Amino acid sequence: MQPILDIEKLEVNFYTYEGVVQAIDEISFTLEDGDTLGVVGETGCGKSVAVLSILRLILPPGRIESGKILYNTAGSSYDLVQKSEEFMRELRGNDVSMIFQEAGNALNPVLTIGEQVSESFLLHRQGELCESVLKNIDEKMEVSGSAPFIQLARRRYGRKLNKARGNLLRDRRYGCLLRREAVRWSVDLLRSLGIPNPEQVVKRYPHELSGGMQQRVVISMALACNPAVLIADEPTSNLDVTIQAQILRLIEDLKERYHSSILFITHDLGVVSEIADKVIVLYAGTLVEFSKVRELFKKPLHPYTKALLHSVPRLGSRERLESIRGNVPNLIDPPSGCRFHPRCPYVMDICRERKPQLYRGPGGDEHHLVACFLYR
Amino acid sequence: MFFLKKRRFVLDLERHPRLKEFNFSFGKIMKNPLSVTGLSLIFIFFTIAVFAPLIAPPPKPQEPFRIPHEGYSVVPKPPGPGHPFGTTTKQYDIFYGVIWGTRTAFRIGFMVVGSILVIGIALGSISGYFGGIVDEVIMRIVDIFMALPLLILAMAIVTALGRSLDNIMKSLIIVGWPIYARTIRGSILTIREEDFVKAAQAQGAGTLRIIFKHVLPNAIYPVLILASLDIGAMVLTAAALSFLGLGAQEGYADWGQMVSLARNYIVGPQGQPLLYWYVVTIPGLFILFFVLGWNLLGDALRDIFDPKMRRK
Repeated sequence: MQPILDIEKLEVNFYTYEGVVQAIDEISFTLEDGDTLGVVGETGCGKSVAVLSILRLILPPGRIESGKILYNTAGSSYDLVQKSEEFMRELRGNDVSMIFQEAGNALNPVLTIGEQVSESFLLHRQGELCESVLKNIDEKMEVSGSAPFIQLARRRYGRKLNKARGNLLRDRRYGCLLRREAVRWSVDLLRSLGIPNPEQVVKRYPHELSGGMQQRVVISMALACNPAVLIADEPTSNLDVTIQAQILRLIEDLKERYHSSILFITHDLGVVSEIADKVIVLYAGTLVEFSKVRELFKKPLHPYTKALLHSVPRLGSRERLESIRGNVPNLIDPPSGCRFHPRCPYVMDICRERKPQLYRGPGGDEHHLVACFLYR
Repeated sequence: MFFLKKRRFVLDLERHPRLKEFNFSFGKIMKNPLSVTGLSLIFIFFTIAVFAPLIAPPPKPQEPFRIPHEGYSVVPKPPGPGHPFGTTTKQYDIFYGVIWGTRTAFRIGFMVVGSILVIGIALGSISGYFGGIVDEVIMRIVDIFMALPLLILAMAIVTALGRSLDNIMKSLIIVGWPIYARTIRGSILTIREEDFVKAAQAQGAGTLRIIFKHVLPNAIYPVLILASLDIGAMVLTAAALSFLGLGAQEGYADWGQMVSLARNYIVGPQGQPLLYWYVVTIPGLFILFFVLGWNLLGDALRDIFDPKMRRK
């Protein structure tokens, strides 16, 4: 079985005034079909840049320097780095979509919820919307019987509709019908996400909703077209724990229902252990460890992962919390060799000179990869 | 809307979010006496402009903007029967002039500000959204325009194009757009970085859709306020240019032109300085109230558009 996303040696640079920021340095990982992959790392390690480059939403001065992003679907494989902007526009929101971090900012303040959720339908489901609109009209006409004026209306309307079929959106009179239908679909979608009273919610503006509701709306925008890959960029980090748990359960439910694969970015290790099947750990733009979630928490291999797990406060423990010495390096001038070596307690000479590649974990475990010379 | 509620057929505001917001905004305007004054002034002028043919029926319907005059005496006549506001020099009827001048004022205000809005928004959006070399070129052109005094530049352009009201409007458009382009560029630069723009991109929206549906509706308010204030200001500038003798030909119904006509009679003869008060005061008052109306309305718009002021 081919993985749905296969990222090979992705490299992203930002050309800033101070110099070239090497935000992502040769990251490779795969997302299996139906899996949830957690992406873990501290602030500024390149989590968001990595996922935004999958959608090719890196804005200048950022640039995808090299590498491949292979998106495999229905037996064919596309390299998203090479594809045209039109292809990407079709793909975004339809095949790969994204849940944004701060729901409050990800919603446009001047548009109603309905308008924003239905945008996905209008962009990617025009054909189906047209069909549905026409079907509704036909049904209505059947109900209203065969009064002569209805017959006349149907004949005239039908001719116009046949003419308009296909470019309904471009015709202003039918565009209105289409938008109304899209809003109706949005109501159904919001109801399926457990939003109470969706008929009212679609008429509200974002500021009239609570944080948890806003997050649900943002999730519904991402899910509108049943994407194969769902990218969730810290969807729960601004919510309080009770809402957080609800949202996490919602995402798990949806994964079951829509058979999506999820790329879940977070800096919260608790959330990762809850939701992910596999985890990648990023540090300063490099991939340091890639493993199944159980393995990672049971026996972390990379010194950075170990340190990260130690710096999580535990309920009931009275131990002193450990922190990692030093600071995240400046990515304009990253440390030579392994980017973690200035802070690593096990540093060796070779770490300063060469970049570690991904080595298999102890016992040649091919599902547990680590970029550290200790496991050479 | 509030005045529809009295009817039997009540509009359900909950069903129409835009109507609900409009109703809220309208209520906000109605609470502020200054805003109400502004709105009423504009409404009165609007009524005058619409019903001009009824208020002052033109003797020659094919060219209604020509002020009728009886005789060629240069001495103005005070208000009297047949001439409610008197006559100005060369016996042009002031009443007829100010009534039909209202239409001219609206035409100047709307045409100039409308064109400026279109040009300014188009160039400002391109500049702000795309950035880079395009931005650089457009903004340097704006800099050049803004380095020159507005009135002098407008005068130079009218002089070059030739004396007429249309050329005054053209010159005002040429000198007016840069500030709009710059304002809209500024607000687009901040909106462009917002998450919801990126979210729209991630939904698969194209550039034009993002600019028109997501960026502009958020960025346009400062410019709309500027525009409502500028309708008055542009009429004022046009009047100033007319006063300097660059406007319409003699006898055209235009407030600035009428003040200009009466230039020699602003101060009366020795010992009676206020003898011909009506020749300047009446067109002057029309200009004053017109500009005041738009300024008050602009303030009202600012109050309702500013999200911080809005929900207070």
